[in-house]
Amino acid sequence: MVKFVVRDLNIRFKSVPALKGVSLEVKAHEILSAIGPSNSGKTTFLRTLNQLNALNPHLTMTGSVLFEGQDILKIDVELLRRKVGMVFALPLPLPLSIFENVAYGIRMQEIKDKKKLTDSVEEALKEAHIWDEVKDRLSESAFKLSGGQQQRLCIARTLAVKPDVILFDEPCSGLDPISTARVEETMLKLKEKYTIVLVTNNVKQAARVGDRTAFFLGGELIELDNTHKIFTTPSDKRTNDYIIGKFG
Amino acid sequence: MKRNPHLTQKIAFFLLLMATLLIVVPVGLIVVIIIQKGLPAINWQFLTDIPRQGMRAGGIFPAIVGTAYLVGGAIVFALPIGVLAAIYLSEYSKENVLSRIIKLAIINLSGVPSVVYGLFGLALFVVFFKFGASILSGALTLGIMILPIIITSSREALESVPDSFREVSLSLGASKWQTIRNIVLPNAIPGILTGTILGLGRAAGETAPILFTVAAFYLPQLPESIFDQAMALPYHLYVISTQVPNVDEKIRYGTALVLLLLVLFMNLVAIIIRSKLRKNKKW
Repeated sequence: MVKFVVRDLNIRFKSVPALKGVSLEVKAHEILSAIGPSNSGKTTFLRTLNQLNALNPHLTMTGSVLFEGQDILKIDVELLRRKVGMVFALPLPLPLSIFENVAYGIRMQEIKDKKKLTDSVEEALKEAHIWDEVKDRLSESAFKLSGGQQQRLCIARTLAVKPDVILFDEPCSGLDPISTARVEETMLKLKEKYTIVLVTNNVKQAARVGDRTAFFLGGELIELDNTHKIFTTPSDKRTNDYIIGKFG
Repeated sequence: MKRNPHLTQKIAFFLLLMATLLIVVPVGLIVVIIIQKGLPAINWQFLTDIPRQGMRAGGIFPAIVGTAYLVGGAIVFALPIGVLAAIYLSEYSKENVLSRIIKLAIINLSGVPSVVYGLFGLALFVVFFKFGASILSGALTLGIMILPIIITSSREALESVPDSFREVSLSLGASKWQTIRNIVLPNAIPGILTGTILGLGRAAGETAPILFTVAAFYLPQLPESIFDQAMALPYHLYVISTQVPNVDEKIRYGTALVLLLLVLFMNLVAIIIRSKLRKNKKW
């Protein structure tokens, strides 16, 4: 099963190219990690998948992205974003209570059933491995949680909408190693139910959790292969140079 | 010569302190003088009676009521329209030459002399819409005068809500309007209220815009409908200070004090609401 088919994707910021002719596929129930130095286009690629790039009027896109066989430009954008959730680089709780943060996406679908709402919130928090830590303080501000807890709350918030795919945009860049380990652990469990695309600056993280790894450089997709292959015998010299730390 | 950084710092602090005092002292003096000269006039009769003996005695109740109606009417008219316009400008309009000109024009409008708004109100509301000289015309004129203040400050408040909140909300499948309604607007309300406070003070204190549109020279009764003329504090103050001979000084200062207190009171209400909302703000 293939979730995304990306064909010859080009994105320009004003006149500067950000992505050049990227073609790839995202398979169901895999963790596809994208690595590369900053400005390599990996985040731009990620934000194409849920059409967040469309918010920026300076970005123009050519090429095609199919989600479950359908052109993403032809899918209702709210529906697409419900199916393709996103976890951002920094833990970004909304200025609401813990409960309301997780309930937010459900409420936006005009679901008013109280029982259904509380059940979905509990289920999402459990799935993100944070339920035990917050179950007694659901009405407190989400900002009272620690950074790592906030990030798992953000994962729960994304799960509550019941997406098919979750996009992680450098989800551990602001976290300490222990919180990072917990988020990674969560990701590996989520793989069973969801498809995950992970953008990371942390090469080791890609090696730890990714099934396949894509290497981006200067807006181009240099190489995409099984993670093991990329980290042992990459076919492109630039990939090798990047993962052994010659540049970055 | 080698400069001594500590000395430079001391001189800079001194100059900044002087500049602050230059502002604070005159304002403080004005307040002190008004209180000192006006306080003896303040009593129950002064606040609740109609003016008597050609405004040389009695109270200023109709002017207090008139100003309250005018300011209230101006806010009721300008706040919703101003906030909606600000939402359009900051959230929906595309960034191009036209929208930039519109934003600049709105900022400039807040600098237009108030007498110009008075003439505009006279032409549009009093004459063209045939509202006559009335509370309705006056409140609308004041409302138009404070619209640019409310729009500009609301826009700044909306734009200061971090974009990341918008992205999070949209990424969860919320529509643009849901995002504005649930995330952007609640977090912008304190800033919007600041603009409202500024507008309120200006609407309460201006004489020129109400001169042609509503203000009665002497009307010793309360208005019965929004199509009545009314007295208003700033204009009443002007009248008893320059147009009516032999008005006791303490009545003039008393009127000024009441105007000051009224504005202060209205600001206080808005400030209390704002600080309550800020406490709820969770970031």
